Amino acid sequence: MFAATLGGGVFAAEAQRLPAPKSGIAYAGADIRAMQADDFANPGMLWVARGEKLWNTAAGRSNKSCAACHRDAASSMKGIAAGYPRIDVASGKLVNIEGRINRCRERNQSADPLQYESEELLALTAYVAHQSRGMPLAVTADAANRPHLERGREIYYRRQGQMNLACVNCHEQNAGRKLLAETISEGHGNAYPAYRLEWQATGSLHRRLRACYYGVRAVMPAYGSDELLDLELYLARRAAGLTVETPGVRR
Amino acid sequence: MLARIEVPRQARRGEIILLRIAIQHPMETGYRPDNFGRRIAKNVINNLVCRYNGVEVFRAEMGSGMSANPLLQFHALAEASGEFVFEWVDDSGERGSERAAITVSA
Ligand code: HEC
Ligand code: HEC
Repeated sequence: MFAATLGGGVFAAEAQRLPAPKSGIAYAGADIRAMQADDFANPGMLWVARGEKLWNTAAGRSNKSCAACHRDAASSMKGIAAGYPRIDVASGKLVNIEGRINRCRERNQSADPLQYESEELLALTAYVAHQSRGMPLAVTADAANRPHLERGREIYYRRQGQMNLACVNCHEQNAGRKLLAETISEGHGNAYPAYRLEWQATGSLHRRLRACYYGVRAVMPAYGSDELLDLELYLARRAAGLTVETPGVRR
Repeated sequence: MLARIEVPRQARRGEIILLRIAIQHPMETGYRPDNFGRRIAKNVINNLVCRYNGVEVFRAEMGSGMSANPLLQFHALAEASGEFVFEWVDDSGERGSERAAITVSA
């Protein structure tokens, strides 16, 4: 089906995709599942609450809040994050939701971009993505993002690091098996930003991906780098069928 | 300090109600070194009090063994309409508070 919609058999490797993807939460223990399911116990909701405050706070030289232009996020941001990463029409560049928020700050709010992984950007990202919770991932493949998808797929299958392992070796060939104390999931990004108990904090998908690079002793790409964005796009296509879970809870 | 509280808006007199509070805080243990090997000063929420119409119904004195972003929950007996007030302070002297009203019917 996907090969047909994408055409040309360019994505032959996509045929190896899991026919019915399962979210990382399905591989988590009962305690983590309960914590994510309870909106009060889920510590990621603290970041969502902070994001809501920032949404309503004036910033930048425009002295406008996000709400001044976008009004109620529950309607204006509903489903938006499910469609990212996507090509930003003005610059022609691939951006994820973090990048999109920063572009909006610079372009429309006349504010400085927030640093990647700063508490403010995490909170705004969690808040915006949370408005899409329960909605299916809706990243489409087209001529404009095809080169990025192809690069993302190459990275996904590329062996790397001192351990010489590719993403596919763990997240497809060994999903459901144990790696030390962890149960390896299918490696989807649909729950991010997520609260990870190991971090004792909420972190972005790029933070999680960097941890996987570190795990195989490979050089970690920078936050927001083209490599991580291409990978994020590929992951979103690969996870088609799953819904947004932000904020997820993980070990 | 950012916090979320959960207090039922309504209850019947004599009902046992659940109260919950979650606070965004690093709960720094005092045992961790930073990237240069220097010890990071202990900073935890050392005291949290909840009062119901001025009467203390819950108090927690905490130390290094708590996770970051702690969640505390406890029960209280609904007696009269009024207010629950949560107040806390950490080792750095920063204070926080949250309040919520409850309507108690006969
Ligand atoms: C040595 C095995 C290994 C390799 C190789 C690896 N990972 Fe992971 N990855 C893990 C483990 C273990 C976790 C944590 C448990 C889990 O959720 O799978 C994880 C978590 C993740 C998650 C978070 C899943 C969730 O639901 O929270 C994503 C996304 C991810 N990996 C993507 C990747 C990508 C992309 C690559 C390739 C660059 C990669 N991983 C390489 C082991 C690996
Ligand atoms: C001065 C008005 C204004 C302010 C303030 C503003 N935005 Fe925007 N935003 C826009 C406009 C106009 C667009 C669409 C045009 C464009 O591409 O910039 C947009 C687009 C967006 C999008 C992409 C929506 C989509 O359809 O993909 C996101 C996400 C976003 N803004 C988030 C924010 C956040 C978060 C803030 C606060 C930090 C904010 N915006 C502040 C005017 C504003």
